[in-house]
Amino acid sequence: MSDLKYKLVVGLEIHVHLCTKTKMFCGCGLEYGVTANSRICPVCLGMPGSLPVMNRQAYEFAVMMGLALNCRISRFTKWDRKNYYYPDLPKNYQISQYDLPLAEKGYIEIPLEEGRTKKIRIIRVHLEEDAGKNIHAGAYSHVDLNRAGTGLLEIVTEPDMNSPVEVRALAMELQRIVRYLGVSEADMQKGHMRFEPNVNLTINLGDKEVKTPIVEVKNLNSFRALERSVEYEIGRQLDEFAETGKVMEMGNKSTRGWDDVNQVTVLQREKEEAHDYRYLPEPDLVPVELDDQWLGDIKSGLCELPLQKQMRFVSEYGLSDYDAGVLTADRATADFFDEAVKAGGEPKRICNLLTQVGLKMANEKGCSLADLGFSAANVAELAKMAEGGDVSASAAGTILEKMTEMKENPQAIAEKLNLIQKSDAGELEAVVDEIIAANAEASQQVREGGKKSGKARGFLMGQVMQKTKGQANPKVVSEILGKKLS
Amino acid sequence: MEHLSAAELRDRIKAREISSFEAAKTVFARIEKYEPKIGAYISIFEETALAKAKEVDKKIASGKSVGKLAGVPVAIKDNMCTIFGTTTCASKILENFHAPYNATVVQKLLDADAVIIGKTNLDEFAMGSSTENSGLKKTVNPWDTGRVPGGSSGGSAAAVAARLCFGALGSDTGGSIRQPAGFCSVVGLKPTYGRVSRYGLVAFGSSLDQIGPLTKTVADAALFMNVISGKDLADSTSVDESIAPVADYLENLNQPVENLKIGIVPHLNAGADEQVLGAINDSINFYKSTGAEIIELEMPHLDYAIAAYYVIATAEASSNLARYDGVHYGYRTARPKDYIEVYSKSRQEAFGAEVKRRIMLGTYTLSAGYYDAYYLKALKVRNLIRGNFTKAFEKCDCVIMPVSPTTAFKIGEKMADPLQMYLADIYTIAVNLAGIPGISIPCGFDSDNMPIGLQILCPAFEEAKLLRIARMFESETNWHKVYPNIINHE
Repeated sequence: MSDLKYKLVVGLEIHVHLCTKTKMFCGCGLEYGVTANSRICPVCLGMPGSLPVMNRQAYEFAVMMGLALNCRISRFTKWDRKNYYYPDLPKNYQISQYDLPLAEKGYIEIPLEEGRTKKIRIIRVHLEEDAGKNIHAGAYSHVDLNRAGTGLLEIVTEPDMNSPVEVRALAMELQRIVRYLGVSEADMQKGHMRFEPNVNLTINLGDKEVKTPIVEVKNLNSFRALERSVEYEIGRQLDEFAETGKVMEMGNKSTRGWDDVNQVTVLQREKEEAHDYRYLPEPDLVPVELDDQWLGDIKSGLCELPLQKQMRFVSEYGLSDYDAGVLTADRATADFFDEAVKAGGEPKRICNLLTQVGLKMANEKGCSLADLGFSAANVAELAKMAEGGDVSASAAGTILEKMTEMKENPQAIAEKLNLIQKSDAGELEAVVDEIIAANAEASQQVREGGKKSGKARGFLMGQVMQKTKGQANPKVVSEILGKKLS
Repeated sequence: MEHLSAAELRDRIKAREISSFEAAKTVFARIEKYEPKIGAYISIFEETALAKAKEVDKKIASGKSVGKLAGVPVAIKDNMCTIFGTTTCASKILENFHAPYNATVVQKLLDADAVIIGKTNLDEFAMGSSTENSGLKKTVNPWDTGRVPGGSSGGSAAAVAARLCFGALGSDTGGSIRQPAGFCSVVGLKPTYGRVSRYGLVAFGSSLDQIGPLTKTVADAALFMNVISGKDLADSTSVDESIAPVADYLENLNQPVENLKIGIVPHLNAGADEQVLGAINDSINFYKSTGAEIIELEMPHLDYAIAAYYVIATAEASSNLARYDGVHYGYRTARPKDYIEVYSKSRQEAFGAEVKRRIMLGTYTLSAGYYDAYYLKALKVRNLIRGNFTKAFEKCDCVIMPVSPTTAFKIGEKMADPLQMYLADIYTIAVNLAGIPGISIPCGFDSDNMPIGLQILCPAFEEAKLLRIARMFESETNWHKVYPNIINHE
């Protein structure tokens, strides 16, 4: 790699599969992993005479996304045909939106390190139908049309990202948003979300700036692959520029595929083919007119967005940015946490219980916090017990674990398991006296306050805890010890 | 019996004076005798039709209620999908195509207890004005077997004229119901765009296509409209009945429209045949004699209708017909080298010349750099034409003009010059661009004894008034009662 001064420039084209019950223009169900060509009908097969009917839910989902991305929502939007021949496209045209996308000119705010954020502008958001799948088998190819006609949201950003980390952050933030809104399962591995970065470099040559040819990267099945592919392109484009001096021109955009095994991009198409899609207004569908009432109904389906939530958890509850990020990774966790805090628990303590114990259990069981068998109110109660010294922090974790099996409130569980701490000073003083008497040497070391005092103090604490079967409140014991051995 | 109207036959079947079975038998006997000469049908469903006829007879015998077309043998143009038989569009590319569903209109006919006896010939994918572009068979005009029946619903028009059914459905993209109706001396109605569901009609020009009836009488056209009209959730472009209610088209049919104001457009008649114009004039004089006021209209943009139409219709067609590619269904070339050849050879081998011509025209006009000059401009012309009609209907109830500048021409006469064929659509095409309803009714014959059609146009969704105006003429004339020679002389 050369030591040229450069700036990375990345824009993203994103496709999101909407999780509507049925396809975009027919009544076929949306199911993945079912027998090939078992979710098809005359409409999504493009049979002669069949006509599309718009799925209102898909449209509403798309408008929700437009709102979440701070876009201008078109009150009048229409459908267009994009004509091209391919065996997985039964009508040989795709119903899409050309000159009047349903939303445009917005932005998405993405989280970066240390609570910093950056705005990435959104050019447009539009709806279209997905194609089927070609499956190549030796001399023949098979076509599976289960996916054909599935509602697909296309989001195009401005080239506002300047590091691989920003690209990844946008992708993850977008996933978080679509999941919060419930418009897509957004599983990259399953192809619910596809990211295609357009990458090039602005190279500073001192007296002038030049741009390298744009590369569109495909086949990205994970956030890591997305980030790595952009990183890889930086080096590759620098090397290529050093070697050939080639700069961006009309028509020299190329397409490269990500090879996940070798962690490299591989050339797929040298020059952007001069596609002529012969767009025309779709005569089989009527334009969509969004009135105030309908827009209002869609708006009422929106929720607090993940980044806002994350920032609120930091400012309002005093959580670290990291903890707030973990809790807002999905809406169910964030809502559960919020509810527990509102039920009166101390936020940091609830956060620790949920992130250190609750989410671990949920992950193991593959479910959400709410499905673990306890309520947010239960967690709040448990946090209050720990806060008041009734149970130790570690006992609180144990109690939370047991709450999933025992289906009882935390107080009852703590009592059953003898986890209620002894905080009675009188009772504990007797035990401390007993331990001091039995361990004269260690007691002396603590009194002397020398090098060994810390270790000796720990030893005495341990003895007290052992004697009380761990039920002594360490804070109270520590206070008594301090008084007795000063 | 074959000369009864559909309504009369239905009443007699319901009164058990004639059985539906008997009616169907009569039709099939006639088909056996005349069909070899006429060539109206692509497919005939004798067995299923007779079974359905028996079923209707049984229903009537047991006192059950029956539909509006109870027991009436009808035909449908072979570009409407039926779950039974083939749906060919008179194209080799769909010659063996079995649709997996019934078009909405087909289902409505069946639900009305009609007996579907067969599917009629057409210009391939409804592209043509003479039915000569059929890729599967030749249909002739029952009034002169050396002449064309018109098109593209030529099979349906010939079948009704030759009494090979009691009514038929056609489709009209630029005159395809009205012009053959005129050429064969039957009634042909193109409803308002959005009045009748297009679901299951194989698309040619989606923003122009509309299904309608070809019948012996105006009352039959009204009867068919009562069966097939209405909003269909499967067709987004069918119009909501809360916006445009569906009337009972038979209800006031015989009531003349009072203070009738008729618009005429003299400047459109420059190239028309004198005998045709004579018959139209006589018809206008008839209306005058009933007290109607005649208003001369200026509709300047109608001059550009043919140009705009052939841009819009072919653009839509080039996209609509892209799906016939040999991949999923229909004709596939025998030994393709690769998948590109599956497309190119299948289409090259199975589409006829006119279909290819229109696909190429449409592909051209939609191409980058040409879109604004052609397609976009054509859409603007379309709006101006709509505006011409809107303005016209502020002054009059209806507009009257010929349906075609000539009577039926000789077979082969215009095949060498497609442009001449396109120009013959001068009177019908603007109506599709404007989306308004139009009807053709018999109004006379030329010196060769070839029928002349009178075209009446009304504002959108005013089919009830349109039918009443047509009925005023029909009730006082006998043109619709004259049968073709082929039948009279045997």
